[in-house]
Amino acid sequence: MGLAQKLESGGFAVTAEMAPPKGTDFSRFRQCARGVKGMVDAVNVTDFQSAVVRASSLGASVILVEEGLEPVMQITGRDRNRIAIQGELLSAAALGIKNVLALTGDHPSVGDHPQAKGVFEMDSVNILQTAVTLMSGKDLAGNALAGTPQFFLGASVTPVYDPIELQVLKMKKKINAGAKFFQTQAVYDIELFKKFLEAARGIETKILVGVIPLKSPGMANYMNKNVPGIYVPEEIIERLRKSQDKVKEGLKIAAEFINEVVQQKLCDGVHIMAVGAEENVPELLEMCGFKKTE
Amino acid sequence: MVITQPKSFSDILEFLEGKKNIFITGCTLCATSCMTGGEKEILAMKERLEKEGKEVTGYAVLDPSCHKLQTRSTLKKYKQALDSTDAILCMACGDGAQTIAEVVDVPVYPANDTMFIGEVERIGHFSEACKACGQCELGWTAGICPITRCAKSLLNGPCGGSRNGKCEVNPENDCAWVLIYNKLRESNELDRLLEIKDPKDYSKAANPRRVTIGR
Repeated sequence: MGLAQKLESGGFAVTAEMAPPKGTDFSRFRQCARGVKGMVDAVNVTDFQSAVVRASSLGASVILVEEGLEPVMQITGRDRNRIAIQGELLSAAALGIKNVLALTGDHPSVGDHPQAKGVFEMDSVNILQTAVTLMSGKDLAGNALAGTPQFFLGASVTPVYDPIELQVLKMKKKINAGAKFFQTQAVYDIELFKKFLEAARGIETKILVGVIPLKSPGMANYMNKNVPGIYVPEEIIERLRKSQDKVKEGLKIAAEFINEVVQQKLCDGVHIMAVGAEENVPELLEMCGFKKTE
Repeated sequence: MVITQPKSFSDILEFLEGKKNIFITGCTLCATSCMTGGEKEILAMKERLEKEGKEVTGYAVLDPSCHKLQTRSTLKKYKQALDSTDAILCMACGDGAQTIAEVVDVPVYPANDTMFIGEVERIGHFSEACKACGQCELGWTAGICPITRCAKSLLNGPCGGSRNGKCEVNPENDCAWVLIYNKLRESNELDRLLEIKDPKDYSKAANPRRVTIGR
C-alpha cells in the first residue's frame, strides 16, 4: 500500500527521511533504504537540506524507486525559478515519483555556499499551486502538457511556533493550494504538540508528527539553540545526560513519544528524521512494534 | 533615499592610478544625508587626494546628481576646470555617477558603494525598506514590505524558521511576517493572510526599466 492509500484509508503512516550523499557514492544511502524497506510507507528525500550541496533530491528519489521504495521528493524554491520547478516536477512524475513535499527552503546563508544567490521566486504555497496546475494538464503559462503528472502533495508545518495562529493560517493556505498531508518539524513535548493540534482543530488534512532521535545532550542543546522551531525540554536532556548509552536512550525517548502518539491516536502518522543516523531507524521502528512486511 | 557608504580609500586610489588632475562631485540629496558626498566629505576627500599628490581641479555638489539636465548645465559652468581634468571622482550613488558619465567626456569613478533604498533611522543609521520591485505589496501587508524585510522575500506568510519573532537568517532582524501578522490582527484584517499570492510577475522588473509620465 502506498503512502496516499495508507493515509486516505485512515491508516497510521510511517515515513523516514534520508539525505542524498555529498558525492556520487550512494552505497550507504541504498543500504539505509534497504534497512527500512517494508517498515515504512515512504522515504523523504531532502532537497539540498540546510542549503548544503549534495546529490539532488530527484536523483536520490529515483534511486529509491530502483530499490523498490516509495520516495517523497522534497522540493524547495530556494534554488529554482518557476521554469526549473516545473521541469523538475515533470521529470519526477515521468521517473515514477508520486509524492512531493513542497518547501520554501532554508536561506543560503545557513549552508555551505553562503555566497550563493537564493532564488525564492516561489514559496511552498506557490510550488503546491504549480504542481496542481501541472496535474490539470497545463503549465503555469497555460500551455498544454504532453502527458499529465499525478502527485500526492505534502507540506510542512512547525507545531512549536509563536504565534501559532500564524502557522495555522499558513497551513490552511497550503491546504487550499493543494497539500493533502503535513509532515511536522520535530516535536519532543507531547503537550506542546497537543496545543498545536488544538489550534489546528477543524482543519481537514493528514498530519505526520516529526521525530528526530537524539544522540546526545549536546545535540539537544544545539538544536534548542540553533534549529528554529525545535524545542527539547530540559527533562529529556537530563535523561540523556544520565544515560550510559546515549544513542540508545535517544531511540528510547523517540520510541516512547511515538508510542504515546499511537496510543492516544493524536495524528495520522510519524515522520522520522534521523539526520545522519539513518541506520538506527529500523531499530527505532522495531522498538515501536512496526514489523517488517514485504 | 538611496543609501551609500564610502569605498575604501585604497580602492579609490586604484581607480585613479595614473590620473593626476581630479574633479570631485557630490550630491545635495541622498549622499549629503548619508554623509558620503556632501560638501564636508568632498573637502575631506580633496585633502586626502592632495596628500597623495593629486591635483584637485575643482568640485561641485550637484543638486541632485541624478538629474541629467541639471547635472549637464551645472557641469557646463566648470568647463574650464574639466578641460584640464583626467578623472571625475563621484561621491554620490551609482545612479548619480552614471548620470555624470553620460554628460561629460571625462572618465567617472565611484567613491561610494550604493547599498539600498532605505530610511534614516537616526544620523548614521540606515535600514533597507524598499526593493523597488515594481509591484508594491504594502496595501495588504499593513505597510510592512515582505519583499524587502523578509530575507526570503516571501509573499505567502512566514517560513517555519522565525524564533521569538526574529528572523532565522539574522536574529537581529524582526521577522517581517510576525510584524505583519501583529498589525493585521490589531486591525482585524487577518483574512488578508489567507489569500494565496501567486508568484510575482518578474517581467515587470525586467531591467533596465523606463517610466514616462504624461503631462
